[in-house]
Amino acid sequence: MIAIVDYRAGNLTSVKRALEFLGHRCEITDDADKIRAAERVILPGVGAAGATMENLRALGLVEVLRRDVAAAGKPFLGICIGIQVLFERSEEDRADCLGIIAGHVTRYPGSIDGRTLKVPQIGWNRVRQTRAHPVFTGVPDNTHFYFVNSYYPVPADPGVAIAESGYGVQFVAAVASGRVIATQFHLEKSGAAGLKLLDNFCRLEF
Amino acid sequence: MLAKRIIPCLDVRNGLVTKGVKFADNADIGDPVAMARYYYEQGADELVFYDITASNERRGIMLEVVSRVAREIFIPFSVGGGLRTLEDMRAVLLAGAEKVSIDSGAVRDPKIITEGARAFGSQCIVLSMQVRKTGARPGLESGYEVVIDGGRVFTGRDALEWAYEGARLGAGELVINSIDRDGTKAGYDLEITRRISESVTIPVVASGGAGAPEHLRDAFTRGAADAAIVASIVHYGEYPIPELKRYLKGAGVEVRDAIRLEVGAR
Repeated sequence: MIAIVDYRAGNLTSVKRALEFLGHRCEITDDADKIRAAERVILPGVGAAGATMENLRALGLVEVLRRDVAAAGKPFLGICIGIQVLFERSEEDRADCLGIIAGHVTRYPGSIDGRTLKVPQIGWNRVRQTRAHPVFTGVPDNTHFYFVNSYYPVPADPGVAIAESGYGVQFVAAVASGRVIATQFHLEKSGAAGLKLLDNFCRLEF
Repeated sequence: MLAKRIIPCLDVRNGLVTKGVKFADNADIGDPVAMARYYYEQGADELVFYDITASNERRGIMLEVVSRVAREIFIPFSVGGGLRTLEDMRAVLLAGAEKVSIDSGAVRDPKIITEGARAFGSQCIVLSMQVRKTGARPGLESGYEVVIDGGRVFTGRDALEWAYEGARLGAGELVINSIDRDGTKAGYDLEITRRISESVTIPVVASGGAGAPEHLRDAFTRGAADAAIVASIVHYGEYPIPELKRYLKGAGVEVRDAIRLEVGAR
């Protein structure tokens, strides 16, 4: 069973539909015991860092994710806001986040060389695989994925990055550290490439 | 750099696509789910469904369509038509749409934009505006006027001003639908599209008038659009999406290469 962490955000059901399409059993849940018992855990969603962390705290899930999922070595996938809250803090709402990966989350600049940069980034952007990782199996380098984000992660250790993309600035688009994997782009809305990556995560043998 | 998006638009009435749509392989004409899957597989970057069901009693049918589409296609899609309240929006988003598109309802009641953005996030709220070129006059400096209800009712409101106001109120994206060009196949209205795109900091989608690949190129270059809605140009099999993308790529426009991968339990 794959647990999709329910922290009252939007977009949880689209991840569930994608997993069901792929034939993986999953459940949307905020139950700490079910998350502890799950084989894999996914933290997806759209939303703001502050509200996401508040909801995770209110549901008593912060320590569950830190200790029983990340530190315990359970395969974990963060998507979109799910990559951002992995870091120590976010400029968005000045939120203290999970701190599972060292680093912070910053906002795209409003302009580049005097030209307005539209923020949020909404659309399909190329993702360069900067480090070989089995989660990319079968996905060609420089494939487009679907992004909706105003902020992006800046890991303290650049070595955790597995992919990058460019939107005004070069930014880290995916990270992996042990069994923790996370993408800034929406796997559930990125067509066949996104489904493939999601399927790879669900099948990864660590 | 973001790829320019091509967004096929499907008008749905009582659960069926209204226009006599014909594909090269002629499969399942009229079924919005089959059409959505077809365009998804062809490499559409996003889809939009407009519910033009007249009677409120039959609106549930659209939700059923949305939910079936969401189980089969994994690119963003938006749903518009008749969404007036937060509850209308919530129902469509819960059924699986990525975005809601609001139009005449937002002109009548602009606070729905802000309420929607606050409840679901700006990225969910697409403000679609119908515009007509009526000429510059005091209070309508851009020369383009916002019209509603399928272009029949003139509001006296300046399109550029409404676009700016919509973005300020919390819309995450703007669709500029030229009623003058709609159905003409004469090309998008590049002037108003460009002027709006350059005055707001959210993505702008060109709509109305696409009849040839050059029209899409022009929308993305001279029109400064981030995305373009297409209807009859793709519905009748004249220019399949892969062909449009090949053309755009040749013209130096960044587009997404849709890749085919075997995934899924089916």
